[in-house]
Amino acid sequence: MLDPTLINNKNIEYDAQTNEMLINMGPQHPSTHGVLRLIIRTDGEIVSEIQPHIGYLHRCAEKIGEHLSARQWIPYTDRMDYLAAMNMNLGWSLTVEKLLDHQVSKKLQHLRLMICELGRIASHLVGMGAYGLDLGTASPFFYAIREREKILDLFEKACGARLTFSYITPGGVMADIPEGWIDECKAFLDYFEPIIKQYHTLLTTNAIFLKRTCNLGILSKEKAIDYGCSGAVLRGSGIDYDLRRDGDPFYTEMYDGYDFEVIVEKEGDYPKDYPYPDVPREAQLGDCWHRFYVRMLEVIQSIKLIRQSFEKYQSIPEPIEKPLKLQQKLPKGEIYLETEAPRGQMGFGLFSEGDPIPWKVRARSSCFCNLSVLPELCRGVYLADIPSIVGSLDIMMGEIDR
Amino acid sequence: MGQFFNNLLQDINAFLWGLAGYSSQEITTLAEDSWIGYLLAAIIQAALLLHVLAAGTVLFTWAERKVCGRIQDRLGPTRVGGKFGWLQSIADGIKLLCKEDLIPDEADSLLFRIAPYLSISASFAALIVLPFSDGWVAQQLNIGAFFILAIMGLEVFGVILAGYASGSKWSLYGAMREAAQVISYEIPLAMCVVVPVLLVGSMNLGTIANYQAGWFTNWLIFHDPFAFATFWIYFTCGIASVNRAPFDLAEAESELVAGFHTEYSGMRWSLLFMAEYGSMFTVSGLGVLLFLGAWYGPLPIFNSWTSGTESWYLAQMANLVGCLNFVLKSSLLVIVMIWVRWTLPRLRIDQVMTMCLKYCVPLSLIGLSGVLLWQLLAIPSLNDLAPARSDLTEHWAEKSSSPFVKDSQEKVDLFDGRNTQ
Amino acid sequence: MNFSEISDTLITHFGDLVLLHKAEVGDSWVEIPKDKLLEVGRFLKENPQLQLTYLNSVTAVDYLQTDPKKLKRTSWEPHIKVVYHLSSLFLKHTFVIKVTLPRWSDEEQNRLPSLPSVSSLWSTADWQEREVFDLYGVEFTGHPDMRRILCPDDWAGHPLRKDYTPPQEYEGIRCH
Repeated sequence: MLDPTLINNKNIEYDAQTNEMLINMGPQHPSTHGVLRLIIRTDGEIVSEIQPHIGYLHRCAEKIGEHLSARQWIPYTDRMDYLAAMNMNLGWSLTVEKLLDHQVSKKLQHLRLMICELGRIASHLVGMGAYGLDLGTASPFFYAIREREKILDLFEKACGARLTFSYITPGGVMADIPEGWIDECKAFLDYFEPIIKQYHTLLTTNAIFLKRTCNLGILSKEKAIDYGCSGAVLRGSGIDYDLRRDGDPFYTEMYDGYDFEVIVEKEGDYPKDYPYPDVPREAQLGDCWHRFYVRMLEVIQSIKLIRQSFEKYQSIPEPIEKPLKLQQKLPKGEIYLETEAPRGQMGFGLFSEGDPIPWKVRARSSCFCNLSVLPELCRGVYLADIPSIVGSLDIMMGEIDR
Repeated sequence: MGQFFNNLLQDINAFLWGLAGYSSQEITTLAEDSWIGYLLAAIIQAALLLHVLAAGTVLFTWAERKVCGRIQDRLGPTRVGGKFGWLQSIADGIKLLCKEDLIPDEADSLLFRIAPYLSISASFAALIVLPFSDGWVAQQLNIGAFFILAIMGLEVFGVILAGYASGSKWSLYGAMREAAQVISYEIPLAMCVVVPVLLVGSMNLGTIANYQAGWFTNWLIFHDPFAFATFWIYFTCGIASVNRAPFDLAEAESELVAGFHTEYSGMRWSLLFMAEYGSMFTVSGLGVLLFLGAWYGPLPIFNSWTSGTESWYLAQMANLVGCLNFVLKSSLLVIVMIWVRWTLPRLRIDQVMTMCLKYCVPLSLIGLSGVLLWQLLAIPSLNDLAPARSDLTEHWAEKSSSPFVKDSQEKVDLFDGRNTQ
Repeated sequence: MNFSEISDTLITHFGDLVLLHKAEVGDSWVEIPKDKLLEVGRFLKENPQLQLTYLNSVTAVDYLQTDPKKLKRTSWEPHIKVVYHLSSLFLKHTFVIKVTLPRWSDEEQNRLPSLPSVSSLWSTADWQEREVFDLYGVEFTGHPDMRRILCPDDWAGHPLRKDYTPPQEYEGIRCH
C-alpha cells in the first residue's frame, strides 16, 4: 500500500526523500496504450511500487445502456474494445439472444465465427505491433497495421465501417457478406499465413526481444486465477481454459464441429500442429514472452478456424435470417454471458424487468481484471520493464473505462 | 581543406605582395607567419565545417525518413521538394525555427539555454581534426584520433545539463542514463581506436589514412582477424556512444517520454538533434578513417595523382574524388546505423551496461592484444599483399608542413615519433 | 456440476440461510444474507467439489422505480442487489450469488449501505468492488483501498443509481 500521504492525488509531488522518487507516468505518455496513468515510486531505476489510475476514458456506457433498447446498445459495445469491435458486438448479441432463448441459424453461426476470428487476428496484430513499439522498435507496428488494413478492407466490404462496425447484432448480422467476399478472404489468408514467420523472426525469436521479455513479470497460475485474468494472460500462465471450448453451451455451439487447439503450455510443451518457433530456454511460464507467444500462436488457430468456416458457410444454401426487431421486448429475467474476446473473457450482463429497455446492463471488461494484476507484477522491476509488462497484458483503455 | 585554403591565401598574398615588388620567396615566408592569414583561414574553415554539419544533418534526417519509410513498407516523404521529398528536412527546419521557444518554469533557465550549445559545440569541434581528404582538414593534429575521442566525450555534458536543467523527472532519468552509458562506452571505444594506432604507429589521422592507400586489401580492417573483429566492436560502441537504437536509452520514447529533450522545443531541440547527427557522422567518419581505407577507394585509380603531385590541379581533383569516397563510406555506415535503429528493439539500461562491461571491454581488449601479438610475431597479413607504403608515409611527412602544424608537430613529438624526422 | 447441484450442496451446508431463486428465463441465483457472505464465499471457493476460484464479475443492481406510471406494476420495495458471478476453471461450471442491501443504511444522513469485502478471497474483487462503490455507492468493509476508480475522487454521487442526476458543473466545467 502507498503511504497515506500519497493516497491523496493532489499530493503526488511528495519526494522529499532523496533515495526515492515518485513519478507520474501518463495519462499522456507514449507507452501507456491510451490514457492509463501509473504512479510509480522508484529507487533509481528500480520500481518499488506502482499504482494504476484509470477512468480517463469513462464514457458511461453502462448508464447509457439503461436508456436504450438492447439492439440500440450495439454501437456502444463497438466503442469498448475498439480494436476488436466485432467480438464485442458478438458478446452483447449472444447475451440478448440467450435471454430470449433465440439461437440463430447454423449458417449465421459460421458467418459470425468467420468475422470474429478475423477480428481476433486484427486485434492480435495490433497487440503485436504495439508491443514492438513499447520495446522501442517501430517497424513491426507498421507491418501489423499493413495486414490489419487488409482485414479492415474485408470488414468494410461486409458492413461499410472500418472501426466501429455494429455488424453483428442481436438475432443476426446487419447484412450478409457480398458475393466474392469469401474468395478475397481466402486470398488474404494465403497471403498472410507465410508472413507470420517474418514476425517471429522480427520479434518472437529476436535476441534483444528475448532479453527484454523473458523471465519478466512472471504471473503464477494461482495469481492469474485469483486476479481474474483471462485470455492470453491466463493461458500464458499455463491454465488450459478457453471459453470457445469451455464456455457456455450457448456460445460454444458456434464452435461445434470445428477443429482447433487451445494455445497453452501442456506438460512443458505447446501444441505442435504448426511449425511454431521453439520456446527459448530463458523463458519461464507466465512471463511476458509467453503471453506474447500465446497471442502470436492464436493467430494461426484463427486462420485455421476461418479456413474451415468457408466450406461450412457455403454448404448451406438458404439465406440468413433477419435480425431481431429494434424494440424487441425482453422477458423478465437476467443473464450473464462471457465470450472469448481477443483480450480475454468479455462478459455482458443483462438485467431485464420485462421492457424492451434493459433495467441494467453490465460489461465485465477482461482488460480491467488483467490490469489489476499490474501492481503485483511490477514490484522490483526496472523502470524500462513497465512498458514491457503493460504491453504484454495488451490492455485497451476503452474497454477498461467503458 | 585547411591546406587548400592556406594555399589559396598564399596565392592571394603572393599576388598582393608581388604588386609591392617583393620576390616570391620572401612572400611565402611572410604569408606563413601572417596572423591575418591564420585568422582568415580559421574563419573560412569554421564556416565550411559548420555547413558540413548542417548539410549533413539535413541529408541524414532525409535519409533516415526515407530509409525507415522503406524498411516499414511505406514511402517516406514524397511531396516536399519534388518526387523524393528532398526538401522535407528544410521544411522541418523552418517549422522548428517558427516554433515557440519554451522554457519551463521549473527549469534552470541559464543552464537550460546553454545545454544545446554545449552539445552542438562538442559535436562540431570533433570535425576540426576529421580529414575529408588528403590534406583537407582544418587542423592536422598529430593526436587527431585522441582529440576526436576526447571532444566527442564532451557532448555528454550538454545532454546531462539539458536533463538536469529541464526540471523534469523524465529528463533527469534520460540524463543519468546517458551519463552512465556514454562514459562506460568510451572505454571500449578507445580500446578499439588504439588498434589502428598501434598498427600504423601514429595518432595522426592523415598518417593512418595514407597507410591504407592502394588496394582495398590495405585497409586496416583486413589486417588480421582481430582487427576485423575490432572494427565491429568499434561500430557497436560507436552506436552506443552516440545514443542510437538499440542503445537510445537517454531518449527512450516508450519509457521516458523523450528523455533528456522532453522539455525542449523549436530551435533548441533541433540543435540537440543536430549534435546527435553530427556525432553519428563523426563516429562513422572515424571508423572509415581508421579501418575502412579513409578516402581511398577499393582500387588505386586516382592514387598516382596525389602521390605524384606534378600538378596542383590534378592533386586537388584526386582530393575531390577522395573526399567523395570518404563521405560515401561514412554515409554508408550512417545508413547502417539507421537500418539497425529501425530493426531492433531497445535494450534495458542494465543490459546496456552489462553489454559494455562484460562483453565490449573484454572483447576489445582481446582484439587489442591479438593485434599486438600479430605485430610482435610478425605474422604475415592481408595488408602485405599490396605494394609497400613506406614511400607514401614519407611523402605525407613532407606534405604536412603547413604553418600551423609545424609548431604542434614539434611539441607533440612524444606522441608521434615515427613521422617527424 | 450444474446450478441445482451446486445450490443443493450449499443448502445442505448452510440450511435456510441461503435462499434459492430459480428463474424461468436466464440465470438462477442464490441469495445470501450479508453477514454470511464471507463464510459462503470461502465455502464456495475451497470446497473441493465446487472450486469456484474464479470471480468473474462483481456488480450491483439498483432497484428503484423512478417512473411513476410503472410504480403500480412494480412488486418490490427499493433496494440494491450486489451480484457475484463465480466460475471454476477446472470443473467448468458457473454460479451466481446475490446479496440484498437497503439503498441507504441511514437515508437522513446519506450513509451508504455496506457489506463485507470478498477481496481477501478473490483478489480481483479489489478493483471490482471499488467500481461498485464508485458507481453504486456500496461500501465494502474490510476492503484494503476503498476509493473511487472510474470517476474522479471528488465526484459527487454514484452515477449508476437510478435517482442520480448528473451535476451541472464539475470543477468549473459545464457538463451539459
